[in-house]
Amino acid sequence: MYRAIFGLLPGPLWLRIIFAIVLVCAVLAALVIWVFPYVDQLITPQDVTVQE
Amino acid sequence: MSHDPSGQVAATAARRRRRQPVSIVQVFAELLLTAGVLIGLFVVWQVWINNEISGATQYQASEELSEQWNAGAEETAEPTEEPGATEPVVADAPKADQSFANLIVPRFGKDFRRPVAEGVGFSVLNDIEKGMGHYPQSQMPGEIGNFALASHRSAYGGAFHEIHRLRVGDPIYVETADGWYKYIYRNTEYVKVTGIGVIAPVPQTNEDAKERIITLTTCNPFYSSAERIIAYGVYDSWYPRADGPPAEIERIAAEMDE
Repeated sequence: MYRAIFGLLPGPLWLRIIFAIVLVCAVLAALVIWVFPYVDQLITPQDVTVQE
Repeated sequence: MSHDPSGQVAATAARRRRRQPVSIVQVFAELLLTAGVLIGLFVVWQVWINNEISGATQYQASEELSEQWNAGAEETAEPTEEPGATEPVVADAPKADQSFANLIVPRFGKDFRRPVAEGVGFSVLNDIEKGMGHYPQSQMPGEIGNFALASHRSAYGGAFHEIHRLRVGDPIYVETADGWYKYIYRNTEYVKVTGIGVIAPVPQTNEDAKERIITLTTCNPFYSSAERIIAYGVYDSWYPRADGPPAEIERIAAEMDE
């Protein structure tokens, strides 16, 4: 799958490597900015209070 | 052994491999690997990256609160005629989720300060700008009774990460629009999750309060919510805003930092 995605990238090898790095960084940024905070709300968070 | 023909064979094989349609098993395997990496990244994000970001944002929010209060005080108040006035001002309870105080604990770090919001739900404790909450059924700063707070031990800013390091006599300052309330750390207690007695006006009793107490509640052990660690402090003194912040805070923090 990842090999196929890499194959779809245009240009010579060095350009494709740069594209690949940019893509990975974009995915990481999207995870940190949107995905992880959203998932964090969905899963049961730890409670830290005393309660009945 | 001729290198040329075998080299050609390898090259064509490689080309053929690249052209091959992607097999379902391989896609499935790569998706599973990706899921594993994502879960690992999420854990790193939650206990480390988000913790750091939340801590810094909460610190910032706390400083902004101080600046607002200082600006408000300059317009209205004049210095009290009797410095060291004995009776501390007790403010009305704030609206839910509203930040109304700052907690300053030199033992938790030289620059440790965090905002305190009303309520102990996740909308406060897991918030990137809040992180610390006041039990609404407990009393207000300076009021006779118990000013009880909750925050995370680790993650979400982990304000009470160092709670086990408090030593008898350590100051705990609560800053509000009115001024600074100084409490002195007294003792620590470990209780079950259901141990709500710790936020009673006189902790663990049904008695009527005569003293002013501060109670900090958080998780124990680290990265678990199995039990609660509780730190108590006893009211010491009060510094009206018009007189400026207690000069000792910076000195004490510097001493503890050494």
